[in-house]
Amino acid sequence: MPAIETATRILIHGGRVIDPANNVDTVQDIYIADGRVIASGNTPQGFTADMEIDASHRVVCPGLIDISARLREPGQEQKATIATESLAAASGGITTLCCPPDTYPVIDTPAVTEFIRLRAEAAGNARIVTLGALTQSLGGEQLSEMAALRSAGCVGVSNALQPLLNPLILRRAMEYAATFELTVFLHPNDHWLANEGCAHEGRVATRLGLRGIPEAAETAAVARDLALIEQTGVRAHFCRLTSGRAARMVARAQYDGAPVTADVAIPYLYLSEIDISDFDSQCHLMPPLRTVEDRQQLRDALQQGSVSAVCSDHQPHEPDAKLGPFPATEPGISGLDTLLPLALRLVDEHSIELADLIHRLTAGPAKILGLPYGSLSVDATADVCIFDPSASWQLDSSTVRSNGLNTPFMGWEMKGRVTHTLLAGQLVYALN
Amino acid sequence: MTRHSLQIDKNGRLRHFLCISGLNRQLITEILDTAESFAGVTQQSVKKVPLLRGKTIVNLFFEASTRTRTTFELAAKRLSADVLNINITQSSTVKGETLLDTLRNLEAMHVDMFVVRHADSGAAHFIAANAAPHISVINAGDGWHSHPTQAMLDMFTIRRVKGADFGALRVAIVGDILHSRVARSQIHALNLLNTGEVRIVAPQSLIPAHAESLGAQVHHDLQTGIKDVDVIIMLRLQRERMQGAFLPSAHEYFELFGLTEEKLMHASPDVTVMHPGPINRGVEMDSEVADGPRSVILEQVTHGIAVRMAVMSMAMSRKEGDTG
Repeated sequence: MPAIETATRILIHGGRVIDPANNVDTVQDIYIADGRVIASGNTPQGFTADMEIDASHRVVCPGLIDISARLREPGQEQKATIATESLAAASGGITTLCCPPDTYPVIDTPAVTEFIRLRAEAAGNARIVTLGALTQSLGGEQLSEMAALRSAGCVGVSNALQPLLNPLILRRAMEYAATFELTVFLHPNDHWLANEGCAHEGRVATRLGLRGIPEAAETAAVARDLALIEQTGVRAHFCRLTSGRAARMVARAQYDGAPVTADVAIPYLYLSEIDISDFDSQCHLMPPLRTVEDRQQLRDALQQGSVSAVCSDHQPHEPDAKLGPFPATEPGISGLDTLLPLALRLVDEHSIELADLIHRLTAGPAKILGLPYGSLSVDATADVCIFDPSASWQLDSSTVRSNGLNTPFMGWEMKGRVTHTLLAGQLVYALN
Repeated sequence: MTRHSLQIDKNGRLRHFLCISGLNRQLITEILDTAESFAGVTQQSVKKVPLLRGKTIVNLFFEASTRTRTTFELAAKRLSADVLNINITQSSTVKGETLLDTLRNLEAMHVDMFVVRHADSGAAHFIAANAAPHISVINAGDGWHSHPTQAMLDMFTIRRVKGADFGALRVAIVGDILHSRVARSQIHALNLLNTGEVRIVAPQSLIPAHAESLGAQVHHDLQTGIKDVDVIIMLRLQRERMQGAFLPSAHEYFELFGLTEEKLMHASPDVTVMHPGPINRGVEMDSEVADGPRSVILEQVTHGIAVRMAVMSMAMSRKEGDTG
């Protein structure tokens, strides 16, 4: 794995170590050898470091895990590639990325999974895991070969944003996935109720004459999916909740013991329907940005933990994709560069405690994905993110590392900057 | 980029004409007054003024239209401009690229104004935001969003028939509000003119979410909706609304929401009936009403020319010696 500096024994000293998986929040040293954490606090006997990282006045936490990032390869390399986006991830403190199956070709065969794995290895900047397609070609009709996908390394199965119209097929897909203990990742959006809309059905869409997607498109899908989860016993994850009502439905199901988790994407915690008022295509997202109240309720759900992960929902685009009348533009925001700084802003705004936030960026998503990362436990893989929580910088075309410059946060003052990223004990990013 | 700064220059003059919201009362009154001065021109035997001589106006229609395009063309010709009609039905290519490419090609021909109709809401804003600085954009209808010249010609018609005191008026807009760019623009314009009461009347399936936030009272019953109103604006009902499960049948719609002489009894005795056209006789209204003494439907068409002349000349006059 290429690294910017090769060292086998690393000492990170003087940092505030926040490791939510182990309930740790204290200033201590971290010792790394052969790609693993070998100790924290006291120096292990006979340890001499090849490399020392001064982390004083900085936070040391597990490498971030982004539960949804589209890297556009294979199939849409005009937008971005695994090499460019994994580099952006490393500079953002993200060590593990989960790629949804809606690539071209779709991740419905081991060959595509293998292709992505090889590309990620060649790039060497971040670990990339994949979700396999729930149905062949995401067509919603024939089950994919889930056992083969699992063997090839897929950490779950999903139909991504493609509709699965027939509930009987969804039921059987869930049953089949449960057979192999695969988590099903669901995007709750009722295809018929969504009705090819492009904005939240509310005051702003009414004024702008945009075809609306009602909240019920999400809640009706969550209700249907919850019924089938209960019926089949499959472990399921709701991706990118947008409404407070859906978040409460999931929390209630969790309380009742259903094996369900949920995530939100960071733009939904800062933007709302109001941001599309000028037909700003940078705020064209799918599912759509909803109300200011929903935004607050999503923040509450993240704080309370019923939503246990926050992700970038990274969707880099070439500039042309956003040049057109609002409904004709491609949805999505480029988000790898802003995942951590925007998340940290939640702490500044007293929406969540720092340790809880780090949990939603590390141990939370690790558990959802069933991955052994997201902690600094002794013997854990040494994925580490070190950031300066008080460093200010501006998001502009020179600071965005992703190929996608499509972000409505352009020009925003960001607080919190990654200084070092370690992937399995290798330094893959260091701020100059 | 805000809507305000996009269509109004720093001196408060009209730069583009994209939507009613974001304009102020003074400006739309100026449009009405200017239209009034042009109304005389259209009645002269020589129906031309040389205001836009040497200017090239492109009617860029991505959606079929007869009436609107024709009146824009006539308005431009009466201002002595050269007019180019381009009809582009949506192709299967990526819309954004096609639109921007089309724009750049036409710009290269040194045109001065685009009159745009497009099926996507926000298309006119997009074109205005991306056009060369010397080009003015007039929105001739974008998606369900806005059709500001139609709204202005309706205000012009109301003002001519009812006088300038909109505060004394009750106005009901009846029909498919959900899909109507005309209704949205009319509601904004009526509110800017401080209309006493603005009502919208339709079954709930044809009313957009939070419609009251547009600035209108929502009614689901025609009789109460038009009770004592001074103006009724009927909207066209597209036949495909039956397929989309918005309505059970044209028959039931006409029974409940179609305007007949009998139902008109609920309105003010001197009520004025309007329709942006084209009418579905026997669906939105009886022929008896459409052709009756209260109808000003054909006057609306005539006024459309004067109003479009006003908007075009105002947007272009700003250009002389002012690039702000």
